[in-house]
Amino acid sequence: MRGRLNTGSESSWKSGALAPRRECHTKLGFSPGSPQGLKADLSRMRNAAPLFHGAVKHGLVRQSPVGFTAMSLVASLFVAVFASFGQAQVTFERLVNSAKEPQNWMTYSGDYSGKRHSALDQINLTNVRTIVPKWVYQTAATGKLETSPLVVDGILYATAQDNRAFALDARTGRPIWMYQRPLPGDIRPCCGRVNRGLAILGDKVFLGTLDAHVIALDAKTGAVVWDVVAADYRTGHSFTVAPLAVKNLIVIGISGGEYGVRGFIDAYDADTGDRRWRFYTVPGPGEPGHETWEGDSWKVGGAPAWNTGTYDPPTNQIFWPTGNPSPSNRGEGRAGDNLYSNSLLALNADTGKMNWYFQFTKHDEHDWDATQVPVIIDTPIDAGGKHLIAQADRNGFFYVIDRTTGKLMSATAYGKITWSDKKDAEGRPVANNQASPTLEGRTICPGALGTTNFMAPTYDPQTGLFYVTARDQCDTFSTAPQPYEAGHAYYGSAYFPSEDAEPYLGFLKAIDPATGEMKQKFQHTSPTWSGVLSTAGGLVFSGDAEGNFIAFDAATLKSLWHFQMGGAVYAPPMAFAVDGKEYVAIGAGSAVYAFGLP
Amino acid sequence: MFRRSRVGIVALIATILAGTAYTADDRNPLAGDAKAAKAGEYEFRINCALCHGLGAKGGGRGPDLTRAQKKHAHSDAEMFQIISNGIAGTAMPANGTNGQGVGMTDEEIWQIVAYIRSQEAKAPAKGLANAVHGKELFYGDANCALCHMVEGKGGRLGPDLTAVGGSRTREAIVDSVRNPSRRLAWGLTEATKEFPQEYESVTAVTADGRQIKGVALNEDSFSVQIMDAGEHIHLLDKEKLRSFQKSRESAMPKYDTDVLSDKDLEDIVAYLISVAAK
Repeated sequence: MRGRLNTGSESSWKSGALAPRRECHTKLGFSPGSPQGLKADLSRMRNAAPLFHGAVKHGLVRQSPVGFTAMSLVASLFVAVFASFGQAQVTFERLVNSAKEPQNWMTYSGDYSGKRHSALDQINLTNVRTIVPKWVYQTAATGKLETSPLVVDGILYATAQDNRAFALDARTGRPIWMYQRPLPGDIRPCCGRVNRGLAILGDKVFLGTLDAHVIALDAKTGAVVWDVVAADYRTGHSFTVAPLAVKNLIVIGISGGEYGVRGFIDAYDADTGDRRWRFYTVPGPGEPGHETWEGDSWKVGGAPAWNTGTYDPPTNQIFWPTGNPSPSNRGEGRAGDNLYSNSLLALNADTGKMNWYFQFTKHDEHDWDATQVPVIIDTPIDAGGKHLIAQADRNGFFYVIDRTTGKLMSATAYGKITWSDKKDAEGRPVANNQASPTLEGRTICPGALGTTNFMAPTYDPQTGLFYVTARDQCDTFSTAPQPYEAGHAYYGSAYFPSEDAEPYLGFLKAIDPATGEMKQKFQHTSPTWSGVLSTAGGLVFSGDAEGNFIAFDAATLKSLWHFQMGGAVYAPPMAFAVDGKEYVAIGAGSAVYAFGLP
Repeated sequence: MFRRSRVGIVALIATILAGTAYTADDRNPLAGDAKAAKAGEYEFRINCALCHGLGAKGGGRGPDLTRAQKKHAHSDAEMFQIISNGIAGTAMPANGTNGQGVGMTDEEIWQIVAYIRSQEAKAPAKGLANAVHGKELFYGDANCALCHMVEGKGGRLGPDLTAVGGSRTREAIVDSVRNPSRRLAWGLTEATKEFPQEYESVTAVTADGRQIKGVALNEDSFSVQIMDAGEHIHLLDKEKLRSFQKSRESAMPKYDTDVLSDKDLEDIVAYLISVAAK
């Protein structure tokens, strides 16, 4: 089914954000010719404004004395604020029904299912060769730009390195506000000072920071509304993930698997920042799964949760994947399966209680975080009407799981693999005797970076195919015993590109989830970290390490169009529309690019 | 366990920065401690071996650290300073600045210094090699300079070898002459790209039937930039080519012992090492 381009008349940005402000002024009845009157009115309005932003936490937000007295002022402010909310509030209902507004991209993956599929089809197979860059926004950041922008009613919200966040006019790329968190000098990011994006709910956007805070920003100004500390950054905790807004909760998973943190997934009240629940991904004493850890190893067991999960409204379950056990590359000292590392967790959204889990790699010794987006797929009724969830895992297997029960349906290799050649009774690939690192070094495929990694995949309902960025690379894993020291890297092993002269290969692969069969592939010049987007225009978009943004025919993965952006891609593409015009956007180098028809 | 005070280290580094002559006091407090050297070996694997190789013998990027004579670090204190602060203008990062957290403790750095000292070759190997003769061969009968540049003199088709004597082991240089295709040299490195371009051999045939053979200076999925044996640069769009083939067979000929004796090759290597040590 082709989606129709929704011009978004009911929520069009045409009337502009300034409209409510003009309305305020009018209702307050000041005279433009009276500067004193204007000043007094604005002063009262601004002083009163924080009341409507929710609670201010921890005294970190500048708080003005509340100085209004006149009931008429209060009444007119309510009118103004609600008028404004009618245009810009992002309710939970809107997020659940995001398919009704394909012009907007309101969660990390575009919807709750994780498909990263846009129903827009204005840019399609027949005209994609004509698309051109419409604007470029320079973030002035260095390092890897991993952000996935959001777009709501004409405004694009995104992040960049060192916890920059910004809002742009999505038609022109012109900034509306910019925010940068003042970070301490001794933060502990494992793998770059990166961030993968924001969540949006109500009139706020939400950011996880490299010093392990969760911050709510006013979506219209970028001002901090609340700021809470989730964990101590000095012991290796950080946030790089884009949070997920569910109901009135902001769900977010911690990073720090390279520092021996005890992983967790948190949910915060979107209005106040109060923590509603925490699920520790490493069970404590007395909890089921605790017996899968040797001695006290659970205390520094890792299992971080640093990529955005998905949500299933009918069952009210959050599906969130977890990362490697710590130390990442050495199993000695943590004998056992090490639950719930490298697992997919099904959590009750209201309570954080676990309904089921599925562990992809037991007792991992290769840093194979299972932190890939788990994609919700329902098969048609005539094909069994199954409620599935699919994950292309870092360990090189593509898994399809019954999301009602957590039962494995299939696991199929989609890249070069040497670590497993058999499956257990459940059908789960298990490690062979050539899989563990050794002191002298052993070459194992895939390497530590995995067959895929955090790069977002896409599922295209039109072709029925799952598209994922993949690489064939083997590494030599060599153990290096290392004591745990709080706040210091805790790998327990070293790994190197294997000595073999063969080059590392990078691909875009299209997998049929029904069979696990690879249907199409495109070989990149070198491995890429780009995510993938599919659109109803019959297209798949991805980027490459050489800086190209590429449009493919979704059916054949033949490249149809490309543009050289001048920097490697570590981000996923997304699509949106403003004023009836479709755009496709992606980060590359240190900039965000938007493309559209001429 | 030993733990040096922060103040002490700051004073030490200040001394180094001030350029004061080093004394015996600048030695590693863990010098000769076999247990510290073993701990240092593991720290080295995790923090250093990616560039300097397992065993500190030099990987594809970093110099061989088993040579007693080093370019930047002579005393233990200098080595500590370099590990802490990096080397400006090179790929050697300061401790804790590679985007991987706060780095090593002072004690761990001293352990690494102890490990590197334990790995150093005590006597210079093959002292009989003749660097002067090696230079004559490089620019003469061995024809190296047709494709390779050293100190601004030579060809452009292959990698510049001015620094190779410091960044690769003697064995690795010998191997790359005897088996040039085993590991292709790295060329252009782009700022945000994960892998550098390699010296791959390419053959392109244009739409009008012209064949272009050479080395890829860079390449992506849609275009390629080739230098041919005449040092002409060809800028080509792949979709317009009749054919395009890459080969991991190096453009450099294989130098067998009947072409270049072991003794002559040792002399060339001695020349390259002498240049890099300048």
